[in-house]
Amino acid sequence: MATQLLQDKDRIFTNLFGHHDPGLEGAKQRGCWNGTKDILDQGRDWIIDQMKASGLRGRGGAGFPTGLKWSFMPKEVGARPHYLVVNADESEPGTCKDREIMRHDPHLLIEGCLIASFSMQAHACYIYLRGEYVTERLAMEKAVKEAYEAKLIGDDNIHGWPFHVYIHHGAGAYICGEETALLESLEGKKGQPRLKPPFPANAGLYGCPTTVNNVESIAVAGTILRRGAEWFASFGRERNVGTKIFSISGHVNNPCNVEEAMSVPMKTLIETHAGGVRGGWDNLKAVIPGGSSVSLLPKDICDDVLMDFDALSAHKSGLGTAAVIVMDKSTDVVKAIARISYFYRHESCGQCTPCREGTGWMWRVLTRMAAGESTIEEIDMLLDVAGQVEGHTICALGDAAAWPVQGLIRHFRSEIEDRINNYRAGKPVFVSQVAAE
Amino acid sequence: MSVRRLAKEQPESFAFNKKSEDEIKFWLAKYPEVKKASAVIPMLWIAQKQDGWVSEPAIREIATRLGMPYIRVYEVATFYTMFNLEPVGTHLIQVCGTTPCMLRGSDELIAVCKKRIGKPHEISADGKFTWVEVECMGACANAPMIQLANPDGDHYIEDLDGAKLEALMDDLAAGKKVKYGPQSDRNASEPHGTKVLSEPSLYDGSRAKKIKLPNTAKAEG
Repeated sequence: MATQLLQDKDRIFTNLFGHHDPGLEGAKQRGCWNGTKDILDQGRDWIIDQMKASGLRGRGGAGFPTGLKWSFMPKEVGARPHYLVVNADESEPGTCKDREIMRHDPHLLIEGCLIASFSMQAHACYIYLRGEYVTERLAMEKAVKEAYEAKLIGDDNIHGWPFHVYIHHGAGAYICGEETALLESLEGKKGQPRLKPPFPANAGLYGCPTTVNNVESIAVAGTILRRGAEWFASFGRERNVGTKIFSISGHVNNPCNVEEAMSVPMKTLIETHAGGVRGGWDNLKAVIPGGSSVSLLPKDICDDVLMDFDALSAHKSGLGTAAVIVMDKSTDVVKAIARISYFYRHESCGQCTPCREGTGWMWRVLTRMAAGESTIEEIDMLLDVAGQVEGHTICALGDAAAWPVQGLIRHFRSEIEDRINNYRAGKPVFVSQVAAE
Repeated sequence: MSVRRLAKEQPESFAFNKKSEDEIKFWLAKYPEVKKASAVIPMLWIAQKQDGWVSEPAIREIATRLGMPYIRVYEVATFYTMFNLEPVGTHLIQVCGTTPCMLRGSDELIAVCKKRIGKPHEISADGKFTWVEVECMGACANAPMIQLANPDGDHYIEDLDGAKLEALMDDLAAGKKVKYGPQSDRNASEPHGTKVLSEPSLYDGSRAKKIKLPNTAKAEG
């Protein structure tokens, strides 16, 4: 079956590469803020129904249907105000898409915030950027100021829904990408996830009904409603529809961000947009298809796997944030995963024991394994510990730390065994230190 | 989790300067008055931008301003890794070392830093540099990369290699202006020589023309 690649006319983020004006005038020229009042005039139910019909699934990693999430907010506003919080704490290793939206197409995000907030009866929206994104934060502040001056948002705006956007920032904590940790952080605390329930739709920011959405999920809303739910749903396979920004990094000739149709074959995506794997497709060893939290896939699966939620989860991996990390044959795959384990050890918030202790334990064992300085029995012990961390923590960071380790053992057990055997036979592999302490 | 402590040597006192005060006003206006603790991260950041690091008296001052117990602000300052709890050199080089950057050669950047500066977190002999290894900074399609923090602000410097980083540090040491962003011929994270987003009708204003919304009662009628 020939693959239909996404055409320019169907791309939502038309300034993804920053070749054009990110300001209000430029954004309007590209169709942003066009018909926004008409959209709001259709009413809340119409917006939520259209979003549901579009089949959009959250772009932050979990893939929860966006329209459905919006419908969970209380129908009537009680004593507590409603809030929209946009998760722009993009920190999943491999992921660099929201950054491009915020610095190059900020108005699509602001327009999406207005539409989403209106449909959930929120008059205020906080956009939580990771602290490192200073340039992006200043770009967002500038765009917000433009939108206020043009009366697109504010108390008395042309859309007739009093609405404020506030830019907030973190200070270097991956865990704040977890929605309840983000809310804690936004309230001025350590970013430690909350127990659910209550879910944010009942008690979120400041104890008020809150919806937390990823930047990309919100930024596509305006265009979906302008062009129609069925237009968006026409890309990709059923349950996996739409367009998506893929971040392609690692051993490819041209690492890049690109918006493509969902369900595009991984090989086509890499060869069309990223200039192919360094040294050719046959030089491929493995790919992490959805950010560091998901399991890596060896080449034979990559040959024909589609880039969508269902196809990747069928291989016990996931689409995650659609951050494709490519590793060629020169990669020391054990060391690569050990470095990911170091990341989780560093980013664990310390609240739950299995994660706080388990992430460090897994990193230490993997570091030894990378050098072969381990025993064969320890491979199963590592798998066992990963299973003990997975599902036994308040938030998904524990799972995210376990999955890459499980994936490594599932697909590259023989490589670890060879290394251990070589070390014991007096032929150790030299591995440089993993992460500076 | 990362365990962090305050520096042993602390200054006697801390006061925000005029520029910082203006920024604090801007930030406090974003949150409901009774929820002003929300401004704690921005205020710690402002203190760090003013002095280069976050000192204990600064934490006390922020706690007083926000009506928070000292320990709550202390917690935040030690939890979030972007707060420098010790003084740093004029140019703080933060090298991303997470897997996507590692695959593209961040080890080479770290080697340069070790050679030129010394151990992480320590200030170089001339006082100009400090380097640290940090976790993924979200610029993976431009790996390997660093974030440079200095009096000129906070900037990503991307598409690097060892030689380019050495040259960059030479320029910084000599007080020269350096180019931020990708150190290649790229503008951002686009693929080289791409045809993607080259369709002229996206940019000629035709998309700004009045549209009729699909799927509305009026459209169907």
